[in-house]
Amino acid sequence: MSSVLLVVEHRNGKTKTATLNALTFAEQYAEKCRAKLCLLIIGKEVKDIAESLRPFGVDMIYLVEDKSLENCMAETWGHVIAEVAKQCDAIFIGMNSGTTGRNLMPRVAAKLGAGMITDLIDFDGEYFIREMWAGNAQVTLAVETPITVATIQGTAFATAQPSGEESLITLLEIPVPETKTRFLEMKETRSDRPDSTEARVVVSGGRGMKGPENFKLVEELTDLFGGAVGASRAAVDAGWISNDFQVGQTGKNVAPDLYVAIGISGAIQHLAGMKNSKVIVAINKDEDAPIFEVADVGLVADLFKTVPELVESLKNELK
Amino acid sequence: MKILATVKRVTDPDMKIEIKEDGSGIDLSSISFKVNPFDEIAVEESLKIKESHGGEVVVVGVGSRDAQTEIRYGLSMGADRGIHVQTEGYMDSDVVARILTSVVEKEQPDLVLLGKQAVDDDNNQVAQLLAEYLDWGQACFASKIEITDSTARVEREVDGGIEVIEMDLPGIVSADLRLNEPRYPALPDVMKANRKELKIYNPPELGVEMHPKIVIKKMTEPPRRQGGHMVPDVPALIRWLKEEAKVI
Repeated sequence: MSSVLLVVEHRNGKTKTATLNALTFAEQYAEKCRAKLCLLIIGKEVKDIAESLRPFGVDMIYLVEDKSLENCMAETWGHVIAEVAKQCDAIFIGMNSGTTGRNLMPRVAAKLGAGMITDLIDFDGEYFIREMWAGNAQVTLAVETPITVATIQGTAFATAQPSGEESLITLLEIPVPETKTRFLEMKETRSDRPDSTEARVVVSGGRGMKGPENFKLVEELTDLFGGAVGASRAAVDAGWISNDFQVGQTGKNVAPDLYVAIGISGAIQHLAGMKNSKVIVAINKDEDAPIFEVADVGLVADLFKTVPELVESLKNELK
Repeated sequence: MKILATVKRVTDPDMKIEIKEDGSGIDLSSISFKVNPFDEIAVEESLKIKESHGGEVVVVGVGSRDAQTEIRYGLSMGADRGIHVQTEGYMDSDVVARILTSVVEKEQPDLVLLGKQAVDDDNNQVAQLLAEYLDWGQACFASKIEITDSTARVEREVDGGIEVIEMDLPGIVSADLRLNEPRYPALPDVMKANRKELKIYNPPELGVEMHPKIVIKKMTEPPRRQGGHMVPDVPALIRWLKEEAKVI
């Protein structure tokens, strides 16, 4: 029996929420194809992650452990994924979108001679759907190869919940090849806040913030909700905030319950990364800013006066 | 150091695209084109590496005859010569990667620099596919590159921060936004670019079959958000968040 294989992204011993969103798609897709649903967890020591995913009731959780697999390098992980895909007769191999999946999965596709879909958002029973042109075109795609490899846009799917049924776990031995790349170091963005792709509320700042020191305002507002900070490309390019916070076509794709855009004009490249948020609030002093066309509610105002006022009022509301 | 840098012709990212009514594609009748911004960054970085390490920069473009405009742009930025693989019609990332694989085998560069994604199809695949087809290392989403004799130390923009890796040369690097600020060619350089060598191939000469693995069936306008509700002040905003959106 053929399989749908979903690769788990994890960090510091925890599965990424985006993987659980991708799992919702993988479940639906496996059912349509009448295929087994399998998860693949790769890393140095990842048994605990497998245990935490056991109650999701998939048909099989494959584990591949090796100290050389601690860091997700495209050459090693790509090799392992392709080998497991062959062993479990996978017709579809997916991973949630993000820099990890985008870095890895095309290599897997090339190894398997498979067509590769980037950031799919749906499957209509015959074809895959994704967006192009910074979210301005929705495209229906046919895969001409027996195997499909894809990254799955987490924001397009609900987070999978444990079914209560147990999953089987199998440890696989896959020899890891010599590589031409070596991991040196990860300079982690230090933040006590959740990741913008996983938070219920995201507050983003743009060019209108005028400088790095003013992101304090964004942070104060975010922290009232226990949310995440985001930024437009302009703010990241200016060096006011690290790249990890960029929301948009070439940054992160977020879809929180509440997205607050502060001092962001709303270039199409930014909208591409947040237009699927449930509620969008925009504060900008330029009444012609394109952000107001997509915002559910807009306020034309000087953010340096408005945001502190909003923070004070919300403190009372949220008490 | 011989560096190959890619230049893709894309629709101007600052223009609003229109989808044809029959869903067959983008209406290109009133749209202008330019070099994919990420490729411009790749060319700039290639030139910088050449300036400090010596060598040659070759720009390569794959596409219709018109794509020579973008290759000439790369030459006007300062690349030494150009290669155009002339194709007609639709290509998926895999076809482009197989064409580039063949060009790399002919040219034997020490480094291939590509934009991390093209801003039209947003695929973000070619660099990775190329690395696999060549069995080379890859350093994608680069924000800093340091070249030594036989390796490149690359800082990569990844979710969660910056990852630093070392890659043996020859290797593949894909450029992210913060790698550099591309230069604007001066007018004399634009004139000079027209006299630089531009070699033209077609896919059969390179031994590449044009079978795409992914085919576009239909293009539609995505659902539009209905925005536009405005409030006059903070109290009204809070009321709206509470009563209409019910998010607080």
